[in-house]
Amino acid sequence: MSIIVSSLAVLVVVAIPWIGVGALDLRVLFGIVIPYAAMATFFVGIVVRVIDWGRSPVPFRIPTTAGQEWSFPWIKRNPVDNPKGLGGVIVRMLFEVLTFRSLFRNTRLEYRRVDGVPKIDYEWEKWLWLAAILFHYSFLVIFIRHFRFFMEPVPGFVTLLQNLDGFMQMGAAPFNGFGLPGVYLTDMLLMAAVTWLLVRRILYSQMRYISLPSDYFPLFLILSLGFSGMLMRYLFRVDVTKVKELAIGLFKFSPTVPEGIGVIFFIHLFILCVLIAYFPFSKLMHLAGVFLSPTRNLSNNSRFVRHVNPWSYPVPTHTYEEYEDEFREHMIEAGLPVEKGADATAGSEEKE
Amino acid sequence: MATTPKPEETAKIDHRSPLFEKGWMDKPAEPKPGIFCYGSKPKNLEYVGMPFPKEWNPADEDWQLPENWKEIIEEGFKDRLDRFRSLKLFMDICVRCGACADKCHFFIGSGDPKNMPVLRAELLRSVYRKKFTTGGKLLGKFGGGRELTEDVLKEWWYYLYQCSECRRCSLFCPYGIDTAEVTILGRELTNLLGLNTDWIAAPVANCYRTGNHLGIQPHAYKDMLDFFTDEIEDITGIRMEQDMNRKGAEILFVTPSGDVFADPGTYTCMGYMMLFHYLKSLGLDITWSTYASEGGNFGYFTSHEMAKRLNAKMYAEAKRLGVKWILGGECGHMWRVLNQYMDTFNGPPDFLEEPVSPLTGTKFENAKATKMVHLVEFTADLIKHNKLKLDPSRNDNLVVTFHDSCNTARGMGFFEEPRYVIKSVCNHFYEMPSETIREQTFCCGSGSGLNAGEDMELRMRGGLPRANAVKYVHEKHGVNMLSCICAIDRAVFPDLLRYWVPGVEVTGVHEMVANALVFEGEQKRTTDLRGEPLPGMEDEEDV
Ligand code: SF4
Ligand code: SF4
Repeated sequence: MSIIVSSLAVLVVVAIPWIGVGALDLRVLFGIVIPYAAMATFFVGIVVRVIDWGRSPVPFRIPTTAGQEWSFPWIKRNPVDNPKGLGGVIVRMLFEVLTFRSLFRNTRLEYRRVDGVPKIDYEWEKWLWLAAILFHYSFLVIFIRHFRFFMEPVPGFVTLLQNLDGFMQMGAAPFNGFGLPGVYLTDMLLMAAVTWLLVRRILYSQMRYISLPSDYFPLFLILSLGFSGMLMRYLFRVDVTKVKELAIGLFKFSPTVPEGIGVIFFIHLFILCVLIAYFPFSKLMHLAGVFLSPTRNLSNNSRFVRHVNPWSYPVPTHTYEEYEDEFREHMIEAGLPVEKGADATAGSEEKE
Repeated sequence: MATTPKPEETAKIDHRSPLFEKGWMDKPAEPKPGIFCYGSKPKNLEYVGMPFPKEWNPADEDWQLPENWKEIIEEGFKDRLDRFRSLKLFMDICVRCGACADKCHFFIGSGDPKNMPVLRAELLRSVYRKKFTTGGKLLGKFGGGRELTEDVLKEWWYYLYQCSECRRCSLFCPYGIDTAEVTILGRELTNLLGLNTDWIAAPVANCYRTGNHLGIQPHAYKDMLDFFTDEIEDITGIRMEQDMNRKGAEILFVTPSGDVFADPGTYTCMGYMMLFHYLKSLGLDITWSTYASEGGNFGYFTSHEMAKRLNAKMYAEAKRLGVKWILGGECGHMWRVLNQYMDTFNGPPDFLEEPVSPLTGTKFENAKATKMVHLVEFTADLIKHNKLKLDPSRNDNLVVTFHDSCNTARGMGFFEEPRYVIKSVCNHFYEMPSETIREQTFCCGSGSGLNAGEDMELRMRGGLPRANAVKYVHEKHGVNMLSCICAIDRAVFPDLLRYWVPGVEVTGVHEMVANALVFEGEQKRTTDLRGEPLPGMEDEEDV
């Protein structure tokens, strides 16, 4: 169900610019207005969301401690997984954000029964981590590679990255020799990783169970984004100079839409616009959220550094006086020290 | 009380859900006897002034919700979103990657897909989306939103009280989403309507009134320690009286009351007493309290506020008695609360001093703010400084493994100290498989107030992964003793292991310490604290 709904939604997304540009020739709308609107939504949306999160305080220090805490000098502690101070937290966050450390821990449950007796094992499982990391890094590389479309002159590192990425051009790829440009490694990796993330959702019953339309939708969107991009590059070539003219115009805030850019480009652009406009309203916000996660970005130091709860308020407690008033006789009888003498009991009311 | 199925029955678990079925949003929960606890009794809620006390049974159709229950929940939800960044963030950023799905012992042991941590949180998230996000409001189900109905509320309750707040899921989540935190706050919401379990509500009321969960009154508490004093005298020939409620002592000792009243925790309690007596002549000046006679905090399974109300006693008592610092016994969630919340709740304890061991001079710098030291830390330091004369061979009848309780593990990072102590007091120690210990440890299945008798099936299911790892070392190394530093563990593991791994007993760390501790002038010990013959001793007598 979820899959059908979301794939239909993506088809609609593809159809809109097709009709819009292909049939109705609304180039300014799709080339200028929508990209600006999408970008504005993206930035404003993210800022609003992050501010909204930031407005809620972190009343307690609740890091997940994934290693030995700091205690005695003779006990080897784990300064990264159980950070004591800011330094450890920074390293922990770097590991988390750059290498997806927590995900790397992943194991898979193997449940069997041997003669009716359960046997549980935890299998090696790095595929999710691998797909996730390939996906994110490929996306990043592709994103940076796109700088060449909207930067003049093209920065050196972009060219370098592009050459590295395209090293398959050296003749290894089957496409070469057909008059086609070199294949980018990241294009392939991205598509493969996203496909795996999608297939995994459909194939594994647990994943199928937890998946919502909003899980399939971005995957389909990214798949079609990549697909349209690759079509453009390898099959229906568009006029790169004109695309660049449009992109630079957009970034210089003096936008024009040059004639003669193929519809496929507008489809690609529109999908991108939908993706970035959808971003702040969706789970894709994990990009920003991961930095704010209190179980990861706090140090485990509340036993030796005081942490203040901004909304703390006084609460009723059961005081020692009330306690002694209730149990004084028993306490005296048992030989336990009391604050007031036995006669104090007579005056106070007994509860039981 | 529901009958608990046989292990072979319980073991028939399928973790795959059928290919075509209705989405989970359309399937209401079907509460099953044996999986949930009895509803909270009105008198216990009344005692601490909680809202909507009533006689109710979760199995009933009618939960006697107040007229405006929906507003109460929605208000409460909003309030907590504004007060806890964790909640807001965890509602928003889950990508449903499923990394946490098969990490929860309740899912592993039950196969119920709503016990996947991600789904447990989704139960709340769906309502959150519908009510508090634009996308959810506009797109409804397509956006993953769901109306809050009575069925949904019941489903919340059922699954929130099937989570032991162990945080194992949090460890594996790429964004650190802590479903335990969601559970904690979700339970706060159910408490707004008087919907808790009596196994939590009664200890809360007891603790408030008498200082401890079991409702032990001061004289009975003292009686119990006196009884242990006699027992210890029988075994060692030495009388080890304890100080109680004594003003001017240097240190206040607080331990879970489970240690005082239920086997095998009682042996651990005797262990504390023996250690304190041993150190007395060396300069330890310590007292127990009947007012602050509970380390554990069931308030934490009710709301942050209730946790704070119960926790307040420790500092209050330390102040009244005029001690310098506090020593805490072997307990799981007690230490989670002490580590993560205590100072924030009820600090700063500036009337106390920074803890220093009077015996070794070691400064406990890691407890500088809370002024509260873990007994195992304290003992590890003693052993390191050769302050204890130990004869580990007295534990030679034991082949020991160690269970990291989830709270000291993932809520504190307390791994090496207990291992150091155990290895110093016994000769045969084996670790369980690495993916089931330390930060990856599995819950006993009965934490966070689930250790009642009426939800035994849930507990046996939830404890299966832990028991399975124990079984592994039991078969491989002949392990016959599971040691732990948590009173709930000591209370619930005997049932669990009898069910899945007969032949393995349960002990606290200080029981083994006391067995190994060699006292000056003691009579020759022929039994351990449990009255079981010591290895080698009976042979010597034969010769
Ligand atoms: S691991 Fe984290 S992000 Fe993934 S499904 Fe679980 S809670 Fe969500
Ligand atoms: S905190 Fe523990 S019991 Fe609760 S959902 Fe996570 S793994 Fe399961």
